[in-house]
Amino acid sequence: MEFHSGIVAPQGVWWRPAGKQEKLWVAIAFAWCMVLFAMMPLWHIRGGQNPSGIRSRVTPEAYLARVFTFVEDYKVSEENGIPLVAPPPGSDVYLLAQMWRWYPALELEEGVSYTLHLSSIDINHGFSLYPANINFQVIPGYDYGLSIKPNKPGEYRIICNEFCGVNHHNMLGRIVVRPSKQVAQALPQVNPVANQETTR
Amino acid sequence: MNTMDAVPGAAGTAGAAGSQTPDSALWRLASRLCPVTGLRVNRDSELLVRWNAVVGIVFLLVGVVAALLLALTRWQAVHLLEPTWYYRILTLHGLNMLIFFIIFFEMAILYFAGPIVLGSRQPAPKLAWTGFALMLVGALLVDVIVLWGRADVLFTSYVPLKAHPLYYLGIILFAVGALIATLLFFAALVVAKREKSYTGSLPLVSFGALTAAIIAVITLLHGAAIYIPTFLWSMGFMNVDPEVYRLMFWALGHASQQINVAAMVSVWYLMGGLTIGAVVLNEKVSRWAFVLYVLFISMASAHHLLVDPGFGPAWKVWNTSYAMYLAVLASMIHGFTVPAGMETGMRLRGFVKGRFEWLRKAPWSDPGFSGTFLSLVIFGFMGGITGVTQGTEQINIIAHNTLRIPGHFHVTVVGGTALAFMALTYYVIPLIFRRKVAFWGAARWQPYLFAIGIVILSMSMTFAGSFGVPRRSADITFPNAPFTLEFPPVVDLLLAGIGIGGTITSIAVLLFIAIAVKSVFLGEKLDLAKLTPGMSGVPQGVLRLPPQVHQGETAEVVHKTGAPGTIILVFVFLAVFILYYFANWKVLSMIWKIG
Repeated sequence: MEFHSGIVAPQGVWWRPAGKQEKLWVAIAFAWCMVLFAMMPLWHIRGGQNPSGIRSRVTPEAYLARVFTFVEDYKVSEENGIPLVAPPPGSDVYLLAQMWRWYPALELEEGVSYTLHLSSIDINHGFSLYPANINFQVIPGYDYGLSIKPNKPGEYRIICNEFCGVNHHNMLGRIVVRPSKQVAQALPQVNPVANQETTR
Repeated sequence: MNTMDAVPGAAGTAGAAGSQTPDSALWRLASRLCPVTGLRVNRDSELLVRWNAVVGIVFLLVGVVAALLLALTRWQAVHLLEPTWYYRILTLHGLNMLIFFIIFFEMAILYFAGPIVLGSRQPAPKLAWTGFALMLVGALLVDVIVLWGRADVLFTSYVPLKAHPLYYLGIILFAVGALIATLLFFAALVVAKREKSYTGSLPLVSFGALTAAIIAVITLLHGAAIYIPTFLWSMGFMNVDPEVYRLMFWALGHASQQINVAAMVSVWYLMGGLTIGAVVLNEKVSRWAFVLYVLFISMASAHHLLVDPGFGPAWKVWNTSYAMYLAVLASMIHGFTVPAGMETGMRLRGFVKGRFEWLRKAPWSDPGFSGTFLSLVIFGFMGGITGVTQGTEQINIIAHNTLRIPGHFHVTVVGGTALAFMALTYYVIPLIFRRKVAFWGAARWQPYLFAIGIVILSMSMTFAGSFGVPRRSADITFPNAPFTLEFPPVVDLLLAGIGIGGTITSIAVLLFIAIAVKSVFLGEKLDLAKLTPGMSGVPQGVLRLPPQVHQGETAEVVHKTGAPGTIILVFVFLAVFILYYFANWKVLSMIWKIG
């Protein structure tokens, strides 16, 4: 048996079988790598969170037009000059990223599916939903249509987490998730005041 | 004993690598025989190693000053820089650390692992200096443009965010210079083989450096493929698609990190041998692991595109996993063979008690060893595990562009690669510069200070990122936003951790630079032929190099024992890996349904 360090040029035939411990570790490491690999396709089949989406190209002009139509159709109010839009369940939701705003603000419903479209009309931006910590890249020229289903009511913020110029850290949007209608309908039975209101 | 500068046939045979056999006696006059390692060191390569290392350290200084300013800005209670300067300094930090410091240092490693380890002459020294000059001019040009405020585009310069054309030109010049140095490394391998300056096969360290060099060529070609069009685009001559830019940029940007990995692993093998006589358990296994890096590494571009609209799930799954995680397998193999080689080396030298005597009795006060071992632990336990987890297609949804990302790469490229390079420097100073290490007392604890700092920094970033705190943000209080957002109070604590960890790391780097610069320019000269035991300022492995070859009965006995201590360590590692990985799936399963 001969041992040498890594700066010694091995002489003759050094192509020898690995030792027992090395073989064991390589086998275990390989098995673990296969688990790591299998998890991803498995999650596409069984898991609920995948970044697949409907992906297509779109010109900034065309995307902007879709956003404006969307806002016109479902606008409910306005806050700080930014419209609040409440799309119906199952609809296509168009969110625009632009230096340095998210347009418009959205009102969604818990437990309902929407297709959230993301695109930019200038440079790269990052969609980061706080506090759910859901992150997607927003790229000009590309429409990323993601099926989403909010699972918790409350106030959410959209942080821009891709550098987009000097005012990047002020690019903040808003999504509000209303409690699901089923819950709201169930509530009156336990709350007499609300019950009166709904029956009136 | 060394040098005669202009020996005919030794220098100036540019482009003649292997085409003629220079009079070996003549070039040998321009070289010296290292009394410690027995390596034949030629004057040209030695100078190239020196200057690449010195310039690398100067860029490290620029990068670390930037790092300190950034850490003290993200520490929200201090909040030092205005947004414009925060983004400008962030651009500077990324480029100087990730590109200029690291690549200059890697060029030094290539000049060492090629002609010096193989004992050959330096092929085409004039061309080598041309490459060096191109890199230097390119790097300076980029730094000037950035500080001038004409390239506030961050390290990634995602199109259509535009910088001054000279910014892209600077990077192209730098890349061409690095390509020349890399090609000369291949030339050195050819020269050494043809002129028979060594017998047998390439030593493992040189083989590892070879894989780093191959990855470097792949990377630099990707770099040319994206920076040249972007340069033309910045002058209005053509269009560049933003998604294509991201794909190609990361084929450069992430693959270049794999140069760092391959170079760092080579340094682990090198330093293991020099400090404690670590051995190569099995040449075949270790070399296969390096080959796996070459085969799969450029697929890592996908790690940055997992939540992008330009690519489908099949592409993402296949590429992000480096074709079923075979490059991860490579790292896991090195993660075993490097410490097991150290354990076996120590056992061969008589530290055979129990499972861990080899580790307890290791030279922990030798910064060459402590730096190497800490680099191995930090890279493996923290960098590797977070990287594979966040690079999983779906898990990336809860990690992309949050502080979890810099939390990951500060334990790979800083806690791993930079620390390994620092450990190496403590041996390069006496062996190549032939000076004593200055501030020896401080040098002995510098790696520990650095490791503590970077671990605090990275863990703070990683945890802050899991609350959704964005990376690359000058101010997370959103002072002029149309809405308000307040992170939970624990985030303030974590941001303070970034400030404190970053400050500690920066102090440790400044200390390292002080040690290196003082040693190299003002240090006490060292005659390697006259070393005395216990000499201050000289690392243990240089004072008395551990045996590099073992044969006979002890070798048989140690071979049978194997590495029982390392077995425990790697299983602890695997347990942590599994736990962290599945904990992330659990967190992912709790967010909104997305598809």
